[in-house]
Amino acid sequence: MNDADQTTTTGSVTRMTEQMTGVGASETPDGLRVSDLNIYYGDFLAVRKVDMTIEPRSITALIGPSGCGKSTFLRSLNRMHEVIPGARVEGTVLLDGEDIYGPGVDPVIIRRKIGMVFQRPNPFPTMSIAENVLAGIRLNSKRLSKSAADDIVEKSLRGANLWDEVKNRLDQPGSGLSGGQQQRLCIARAIAVEPEVLLMDEPCSALDPISTMAVEALMLELKSEYTIVIVTHNMQQAARVSDRTAFFNIDGTGQPGYVVEMDLTEKIFSNPTEKATSDYVTGRFG
Amino acid sequence: MTQSTIESAQGSGVEGRTGRFGDRIFAGLSKGAGVLILVTLAGVALFLFREGYPGINVDPSEMDGSDTFIQYVGPLVFGTIFAALIALAIAAPLAIAVALFISHYAPRRVARTLGYLIDLLAAIPSVVFGIWGIRVLAPLLAQNVYPWLGDNASFIPLFSGSASTSGRTMLTAGMVLAVVILPIITAISREVFLQTPRLHEEASLALGATKWEMIRQAVIPYGRSGVISGAMLGLGRALGETMAVAIILSPSDGYFWSIITNQNSNTIASNIALKFPESSGLEVNRLIATGLVLFVITFGVNALARRVAAAGFSGADG
Ligand SMILES: Nc1ncnc2c1ncn2[C@@H]1O[C@H](COP(=O)(O)OP(=O)(O)OP(=O)(O)O)[C@@H](O)[C@H]1O
Ligand SMILES: [Mg+2]
Repeated sequence: MNDADQTTTTGSVTRMTEQMTGVGASETPDGLRVSDLNIYYGDFLAVRKVDMTIEPRSITALIGPSGCGKSTFLRSLNRMHEVIPGARVEGTVLLDGEDIYGPGVDPVIIRRKIGMVFQRPNPFPTMSIAENVLAGIRLNSKRLSKSAADDIVEKSLRGANLWDEVKNRLDQPGSGLSGGQQQRLCIARAIAVEPEVLLMDEPCSALDPISTMAVEALMLELKSEYTIVIVTHNMQQAARVSDRTAFFNIDGTGQPGYVVEMDLTEKIFSNPTEKATSDYVTGRFG
Repeated sequence: MTQSTIESAQGSGVEGRTGRFGDRIFAGLSKGAGVLILVTLAGVALFLFREGYPGINVDPSEMDGSDTFIQYVGPLVFGTIFAALIALAIAAPLAIAVALFISHYAPRRVARTLGYLIDLLAAIPSVVFGIWGIRVLAPLLAQNVYPWLGDNASFIPLFSGSASTSGRTMLTAGMVLAVVILPIITAISREVFLQTPRLHEEASLALGATKWEMIRQAVIPYGRSGVISGAMLGLGRALGETMAVAIILSPSDGYFWSIITNQNSNTIASNIALKFPESSGLEVNRLIATGLVLFVITFGVNALARRVAAAGFSGADG
């Protein structure tokens, strides 16, 4: 990191801590503590009473049948849920001891600390690869020297295992990449702002096995710095990458989803406490 | 047509064939429509050229004004483009703001009402705007705005000269033109803004963008080429607008940069409307020739618009 880079980082951190007086990003993170979280779309209760601790610097997998509210829950962790008209939550989500739903907390600041990667790769089509990586930084700090920008681009793309593939065409549109490359570009974009937590909603579902392996390898590397929560329908993937796994279920359509159990991934896949969990992970699920 | 309906009703067995048949009909129809447009355009161009040519080549001494054609049409071209650009400069930012408000800020009911009102604006004949301009807007500006501009902003060439007391100025005309072209730019911008994929909006929000930052990062770049197309359509409309300008503008012969005086370059369309009834012989040919010039200008603007829009779409603005 050169000087300019350092300045930018400090600048953004200052802006964050200014608005959210709590533990600074530099200290050991505390993970996420979710308690008694009910998540609604209007009057429809989509997910009920979630209590969950997401350990820092580890990978937490969310599994469960379709429609049980995994995406809904994930999006409530960085306040992306409320982007949908009528959507709201009850309960608390503590990030480093601070309720992200507390009064006066700006969701914009929360989303800068808790980044998100979507199911379908969504690089900005009108931006170049480099500009895509810098998209979040540009929001944080408008003025950025050329060399600082270049450093961030390289560092983030390296972090996302994409650098070698795109280093010669950084100024070309991000939409010109393959699906897997686009997804890694989105990961680079998310980690460029150095969030504490990275939420990923089925990040590999649109990818081929090779790209999937690349993204999985990347997650394992990233967990030394980031707290990662991943939604996946792929049991093997959950077993391969995650440290802890939460199993969501739903009793029927129109019913709210809920957490059946959460435990170390090994335990969930070998010897879960609940029968529903073992049915699901062994594929005996209806 | 009936044939194909019956066939498709017969079920899935012949669907492939029916599909191809329908394709052929549709291809034929659209090709026909395309050819028709081309033929019409060529016909108009041919007419303008045939009737206008004698007016271009005429010996100046034969005409009352004793101008060459270039001398005659120059100020008109200037006036036409000047008025249209003023209109665009006023209408485009307003239209984009209104479109964004409708697409991203207003509650659904307000948005729908507002959209409806703006579409309604497009249905009003421009002569009505012309009358409103001369009756309401011109006196209003002449009393309250132009004297002030003349006193305080005359160091800017646009506001130099003696301020009009009638209000029949280039600025008034430009404002009325802006109202005329506002609906089309707004409607097109609103449509493209609404089409921004949710995925891109969420990508931006998830990076911690505020609503306005999200709009700048995801919505506007996505809609850029559409907005430019809309603006160019509006510009084309302003270039050709006749009655509103003819009613409002007090024209003089020559090039005038000030937009708050009684001396204004006329526009081609308005000039034709004003002069045509009392013209005869070669004067008519000359007017038609100016029409040909307007045709070419409009064509050029459209071509330019397409280039700009295409450039916008290939993305990656540095
Ligand atoms: N925008 C929305 N408005 C209203 N209801 C919604 C919306 N999005 C999701 N839901 C409902 O919330 C419930 C949970 O949906 P969610 O997308 O979170 O499930 P999921 O576990 O992610 O499913 P999948 O595995 O198929 O992605 C479903 O009943 C769904 O219909
Ligand atoms: Mg989902």
